[in-house]
Amino acid sequence: MLDKPIIDKMDQIFVLLQHWLVSFLPVSLQPLAAVLLSVIVIVCLFPALFALTTVFERKGLGRIQNRLGPNRVGPFGFFQPIADGIKSLTKEDIVPASANAPVHFLAPIVLVVAVFMGFAVLPMGRNMVLVDMDAGLLFYFAMGASTEVSVFMAGWSSRNKYSLLGAMRAVAQMISYEVVLLLSSVAVVMISGTLSLPKIVEAQNQYTWDLPHWYIFTPWGLAGFVMYAIAATAETNRSPFDLPEGESELVAGYHTEYSGFKFALFFLGEYLAMFSISGLGATLFLGGWTAPFSFLTFIPSWIWFFSKLMLSIFVFIWMRGTLPRLRQDQLMNFAWKFVLPFTLLNLMVTALWRFMGEGWERWVVCSAILAVVWVFMGRIEMRSEHFGPRSYRYAE
Amino acid sequence: MTPLAAYLLVAALLFAIGLAGALVRRNAILVLIGIELMLNSANLNFIAFWRYGPHPEALTGMMFAIFSIAVAAAEAAVGLGLVIAIYRHAQTTDLDKMNRMKG
Amino acid sequence: MTPVFYIIAALTIAGGLAAVLLKNLVHAALAVTVAFGGLALLFLSLDAQFAGFAQILVYIGAVAILIVFAILLTRGSDLPQDGVFSHTWLIGLMIAAGVFSVLAWAVLRSVPALPHETAVPAVTVHDIGVALVGRYVLPLEILALLLTAATIGAVIVAMHEKDGAQ
Repeated sequence: MLDKPIIDKMDQIFVLLQHWLVSFLPVSLQPLAAVLLSVIVIVCLFPALFALTTVFERKGLGRIQNRLGPNRVGPFGFFQPIADGIKSLTKEDIVPASANAPVHFLAPIVLVVAVFMGFAVLPMGRNMVLVDMDAGLLFYFAMGASTEVSVFMAGWSSRNKYSLLGAMRAVAQMISYEVVLLLSSVAVVMISGTLSLPKIVEAQNQYTWDLPHWYIFTPWGLAGFVMYAIAATAETNRSPFDLPEGESELVAGYHTEYSGFKFALFFLGEYLAMFSISGLGATLFLGGWTAPFSFLTFIPSWIWFFSKLMLSIFVFIWMRGTLPRLRQDQLMNFAWKFVLPFTLLNLMVTALWRFMGEGWERWVVCSAILAVVWVFMGRIEMRSEHFGPRSYRYAE
Repeated sequence: MTPLAAYLLVAALLFAIGLAGALVRRNAILVLIGIELMLNSANLNFIAFWRYGPHPEALTGMMFAIFSIAVAAAEAAVGLGLVIAIYRHAQTTDLDKMNRMKG
Repeated sequence: MTPVFYIIAALTIAGGLAAVLLKNLVHAALAVTVAFGGLALLFLSLDAQFAGFAQILVYIGAVAILIVFAILLTRGSDLPQDGVFSHTWLIGLMIAAGVFSVLAWAVLRSVPALPHETAVPAVTVHDIGVALVGRYVLPLEILALLLTAATIGAVIVAMHEKDGAQ
């Protein structure tokens, strides 16, 4: 074990570094400079992580599919994202002749800006949050809701039936699953009593024996986390919910008509959304930057946050390599007939948990209710459906 | 000019724009957009009065705005549902062409 | 008044004007989204964080999307042949101008009576939550009922009239 001051220094290294750099400036400029510095770090760090993740994803998928994946550029193909970046920057930027040029231009920018804003309230380590807002969680969801508009803008302005279909699918899917995402987070808010993300992490930063008080280790927290994970996968349009960009049906969904740098922005936005939604899931249910065992608290908090983030990215990649894509009606039925009712039930169980007070009874009662309903609803969903002749319904 | 007056003027202008949109445009959806703008400008008034009022800790204006946001969402859903139903029936959303009481 | 206020106010007014004036309905819907966003920023500049974020969540995340869906379902993205303004546009414009002049006159007349810069109210989200389930619990319950009724009503109204459909 190291001694305490060094541990603290390592834990706060970025905060101290920021203070040190800012201290060279006059006092009046310091608050602004501190924020600016953090923004620059976030804007550089997550795209770098994005580059790294694309290699891992391609290599991981390659491994799952029994092939090699990228292995030409640099050692083991790890410089592939640099080559890809240069390629997308030098490609011709094609705008379709009948496209609605201003909207077509604005869509990727709106997407990336809205996604970046979400990082502002995520605590990435002890004292490492850009703005500790009183309504941080609400801010995050407000920014998440804004991405839907950009997806619609991209699909509509391209004047392409595949783009429009992809955008409509994406928007319908995002709205359906955003309800679940919000409601599963409300359970956490009910217990912790705050919308501020650093305070939610602080509430989980206690240990009984060596084990942490993460919300995932409670019946309602586990159920909420599973629902959150499903909704997060759908919200970021990842497989098995990647219908909006189903290649076999829609070419590439709402970004079919994008090329070059604008396409790279969409790609970036998608992965950034994945990072931020994983970070939020880790913050809400997995204790954010807290250590999984009390004897591991000497490892800096930011290492824990990013390990949890990368772990969930790994699960995302794993699912993509494993699960087949759903059909549109399956996707919607799943959202409205299984996930949403179960999340609502979880809210009631959370209230029950809150009012039963300390003791072992609430563990038994809450787990029993959730388990019984889970099995029961699963049975109903699994019934073999009888499919009649196909019927088509149009809007008008 | 005090800040409150500036906010009230902005709200009044937005209300007038929304009213003009609701009265002047032919498309039913645009009329709904105008109504949304008017509701929003009323919200701005509530929040401004809450902020500069004598008792902000009573939260009255803020609550009114929050409730009005929720009610406006319901209003938009029902209103747009009506527009779609009318479009199915009459194949148009042009309000000038919907001038018959009989369907 | 700070320059930030003027920028946000100009953005909001421009969004509103564009929404009312633009020919293409989808452009109008996107313009009104800008106006909604500007209003949310105005709420934030009034230290009403909760209302501002709720505004973004509800208006940009839900109402704007509803509007564009309705536009696409009613073929609103094709430009109409015979003008976008009603026959009675002059009367409508005059009424709107009259309403604005009366409101502006009232505001400008009352400027001396209006309070100046006051202290930022120390209201947290916690206070809002306590007020919602305390003093305002009855409106909250009624609102829940209204939203349920509106959801069911919207589904029934927009459903197919054909017999035998779900």
